[in-house]
Amino acid sequence: MRRWLLMKMVAFAGGLVIWAAAGAAAMPEFHLVLKDQKFEPATLKVPADTKFKVLVTNRNPAPSEFESTDFNREKIVLPNSTVTVFIGPLGKGTYKFFDDFHQSTTGSLVVE
Amino acid sequence: MLGIALLVFREVLEAALIVTIVAAATRGVPRRAAFVGGGIALGVAGAIVVAICMGFIEGSLGGIGPEVFNAAVLLAAVVMLGWHVTWMSSHGKEMVQQMHRVTDSVKAGSSSIAILLAVVALAVLREGSEIVLFLYGMAAGGAGELGFLTGVPLGLAGGVAVGFALYFGLLRIPIRHFFSATNWMLVVLAAGLASSAAGFLIQANVLPAWGNQLWDTSWLLTNGSIVGQAVHILTGYEARPAGMQLVFWVVTFAILAAGMGVISLRVTAQRKRVKPASQRVSDGPAAATRGA
Repeated sequence: MRRWLLMKMVAFAGGLVIWAAAGAAAMPEFHLVLKDQKFEPATLKVPADTKFKVLVTNRNPAPSEFESTDFNREKIVLPNSTVTVFIGPLGKGTYKFFDDFHQSTTGSLVVE
Repeated sequence: MLGIALLVFREVLEAALIVTIVAAATRGVPRRAAFVGGGIALGVAGAIVVAICMGFIEGSLGGIGPEVFNAAVLLAAVVMLGWHVTWMSSHGKEMVQQMHRVTDSVKAGSSSIAILLAVVALAVLREGSEIVLFLYGMAAGGAGELGFLTGVPLGLAGGVAVGFALYFGLLRIPIRHFFSATNWMLVVLAAGLASSAAGFLIQANVLPAWGNQLWDTSWLLTNGSIVGQAVHILTGYEARPAGMQLVFWVVTFAILAAGMGVISLRVTAQRKRVKPASQRVSDGPAAATRGA
């Protein structure tokens, strides 16, 4: 009984991952680079009302955490690696993000 | 130094609040301190392992490994908390009675406390792994020894102090209401953790958001502030929640509340049925004496 339930849960999770992967294929993609404790570019323009992904690359020697309370995201980025963060759809406006491990490193997302 | 202290404080605070509620909820359980301490120790060890494995986690599952890992840890804690509150609602009353009779061997609580040890360990593991990575980065970035020697203890002490303050605040709740209060706190905590798990799965694009920003109360309380963060841990508060997060919150709350309600009803019903029988048993010898 319990095993059957577990199998159903695994199948459900698997289905979700496949469905998510299919949706992610045609998504707009943007790049952010963390270097010398700065985001490059510091201002990223993205389209409104569209889901998109941001690839964050960390070129600092230390781990960082790409985070935003404005659009509710947080993800650790190890040195010399790139992570993908799915964001939106967001309404028009300016949304701040920062490196949680180096609070003075900030940038913003301009949704238009 | 202040930067180190502040980050350590914020992460310790999150774990400390969870540990505090668990510690309060297991009041009166024998060897509780050992279990909570053991949970913290396991969590610290786990945090170091997770930090070391972060490179592997980051690259796994096509890049969504960290989100799936975070969501799994959070949901595991939700399931354990759910098990505990439903179990507690059937044993809580016995525990209260036993607390009044200290000389009695207290057995209640010992089967559920292992579950709560795991909850403590998971909370410490999740927040602790961030501290480890952050401190590693600070060391790599050439932060001075002084910064570590003052910043880390300062942040740790601050977070633990808030935990203790909450604990002694909770102890002021009258014993009659104590376990139902801490149980409801655990239910709300679990609902919040489930909502956070949904947030990670939305970020990984595994779950749809169902409305990305349902409302915006950041003018009132932002998640970036210390208070906002504390309220977020205790209740799952989000200034800009996604619809799916709200669904996870409500569903978890409803299931756990129902679990608590249904089981305590069943226990009450059993007690009612059992009571006349026990009265007969206790009447037995007396009746016999009277008869003699």
